[in-house]
Amino acid sequence: MPSYHLDHLQHLETEAIHIMREVAGEFERPALLFSGGKDSICLLRLAEKAFRPSDLPTPLLNVDTGHHFPELNEFRDRRAKQLGAKLIVRTVEDAIAKGIAQPAPGEISRNQLQIPVLLAAIEEFRFDCCIGGARRDEEKARAKERFFSFRDSFGQWDPKNQRPEIWNLYNGRLNPGENMRVFPLSNWTEMDVWEYIKREKLEVPSIYFSHRRSAVRRAGQWLPVNDLIPPRPNEEVRELTVRVRTIGDIISTGLVESPAEDVDDIIAEIAAARVTERGSRADDKASEAAMEDRKKAGYF
Amino acid sequence: MFTEDALSAPPVTIPVDILRFNTCGSVDDGKSTLIGRLLYDSKSLMEDQLEALERSADITGGGQINLANLTDGLRAEREQGITIDVAYRYFATPRRKFIIADTPGHVQYTRNMVTGASLSNLSIVLVDARLGVIEQSRRHTALAALLRIPHLVVAINKMDLVGWSEARFHEIRAQFEEFLPRLAIKDVKFIPLSALNGDNVVEPSVHTPWYVGPTLLGHLESVHIASDWNLSGFRFPVQWVNRPHNPKDAALHDFRGFSGQIAGGIVRASQKVVALPAGITTTVKQIWTYDGPVPEAFCPQSVTLVLEHDIDISRGSMLIGLDDNLPGASSDLQAEICWMHPRPLQKGKKYYLKHTAQTVQVVVAEITHRLNLSTFDAEPEPAELAVNDLGQVRLRAAKPLVFDGYATNRLTGSFILIEPGTNATVAAGMLHPPREVVKPENGDYVI
Repeated sequence: MPSYHLDHLQHLETEAIHIMREVAGEFERPALLFSGGKDSICLLRLAEKAFRPSDLPTPLLNVDTGHHFPELNEFRDRRAKQLGAKLIVRTVEDAIAKGIAQPAPGEISRNQLQIPVLLAAIEEFRFDCCIGGARRDEEKARAKERFFSFRDSFGQWDPKNQRPEIWNLYNGRLNPGENMRVFPLSNWTEMDVWEYIKREKLEVPSIYFSHRRSAVRRAGQWLPVNDLIPPRPNEEVRELTVRVRTIGDIISTGLVESPAEDVDDIIAEIAAARVTERGSRADDKASEAAMEDRKKAGYF
Repeated sequence: MFTEDALSAPPVTIPVDILRFNTCGSVDDGKSTLIGRLLYDSKSLMEDQLEALERSADITGGGQINLANLTDGLRAEREQGITIDVAYRYFATPRRKFIIADTPGHVQYTRNMVTGASLSNLSIVLVDARLGVIEQSRRHTALAALLRIPHLVVAINKMDLVGWSEARFHEIRAQFEEFLPRLAIKDVKFIPLSALNGDNVVEPSVHTPWYVGPTLLGHLESVHIASDWNLSGFRFPVQWVNRPHNPKDAALHDFRGFSGQIAGGIVRASQKVVALPAGITTTVKQIWTYDGPVPEAFCPQSVTLVLEHDIDISRGSMLIGLDDNLPGASSDLQAEICWMHPRPLQKGKKYYLKHTAQTVQVVVAEITHRLNLSTFDAEPEPAELAVNDLGQVRLRAAKPLVFDGYATNRLTGSFILIEPGTNATVAAGMLHPPREVVKPENGDYVI
């Protein structure tokens, strides 16, 4: 006698597949934001589950800051090829050259510069919807995000004026120039993501696992030694056994000292963790409202 | 997960189910504090979150940690000390995973409560023990009933401010029991607590020896969430037609599947199904999934169905089973609605209606009544429904919908209304049961 019972991962999976198919049904030109990070790796598997045996109905889009970990870009390109998906990469470098993005004087971080590059790519390809891997458990501002997050013609999010989202009925109607961001992983936690990676036997970039790396102590965190902001003479540099928990740019991604060699180790580590995932991201620590401000301006 | 004991605990076991719940109450009832307390006492908070809390306590709280800061995520909220939108929180205990929708209590934000509560297994209505039942309590309880949320918890908060009075607890309980029989809620639990001090939230309180029931978390962990999903009548709204058009692979060249999420019942390979509204009967040839074909699938799984006959089905069509649980098919619809927009609903106005995977135009034929939430009385034929009003309407759709009553099936009995032009979502609707069901045995429905 079958039990007709879904466990929590199966529930999250069917919810996400339903949302993916609503996107395919309601939008003319959707794109899927794929960075090669763990959340977007899950997103790709869910797209396969939603649309196979057909080809994926969306191209993959990535905004490359030029400060990515090389391991991440290598993985991104390889995975897109494996899936036979079309991968579109737009770079901050190129956007600066074309005058689409202007770096603030003295600012090395390109976090803010991703916004105009993404918006320009949306305009270039006339994307009406971008599927992203953001999760509500990541951060306080994201906790208020809808599955279907409406953006006006400037790409802005207005948290006080979101469309109510009731049952599983998503309102995808847009006027010209407007845009939707869709987040099928909204209800997933960091633990769910890793349990899903395990269940689906998904490959992830090597930097998620323990490896030796030179690290520099900066603002209470270990950051990878890199050429963009080389260690200053007064900064401590050490060779450590580390992994990354969340991947941002190479200048802002905190390294976690960890012996985790496989997905099981990572799951055990998260179960015992005493800080959140984004506790290792310098870009979120800037101020209490850092993420809120970036989202309002058009960030993922 | 995330408890300090995790290091010494046995290997992580995967929780077996998810409980979705929402909290509602009016301003200052202590909703955010209660959620903060649940997270804090169940050790679901991380060090950096606590650090951030302590930082903000130093700045604004005169040194006292304000648990509400955990959920009031946006700057505007922290400045005004209110919650302006639904916030979602996640935590797990060894027994269950929880999704919390923190829904605000302001009168003008009823739409957020409906948003947060529509898929809940359980609603927590917070009451300030000093104030007892106020209009908000009745409104929130009525909404939970209207949305057919299976379980209700009445959390009588701030018990410390009424001296932990058992008499006061029973007085408020009696206030609820006066109107509960008029609402469609079967399971109600009353819990006396203090969110601020943590009494009866995670740990039992020493102040309430007269209360023998579970703590709030104890109840959340053990309440029986008998499947909310309807397994009795097969319903499959087609979301997407899956046609690979693959010229290189002969097997895929002619593949034509219908992708969707099962909205009710069970489907088995080689069973007969009817495609509506076309009314054509055919057989399920294969239940295709990425992980291989399966012999049967059930609500709410997402699958792709391959059918025996090549019939014209597209997004918005519905496949149903041939059993005793048949849906209605009509363009004349009666429904309860919650109006969510400042521009009122008026008779004769046109909207888009989204139901399952299709959107059709409708006109408001009649506003039958407005529900007075203070008295629960129906006020017949109001001129309009204003924002946050609940009422009954009759709609005429441009083409027939295949639907069930909301009480039978939340997914095939619900809809939203969208205002043309602005594309704002203006209403949530719950359909009355169909007056007649489709008759698939009729010769017209079979090819």
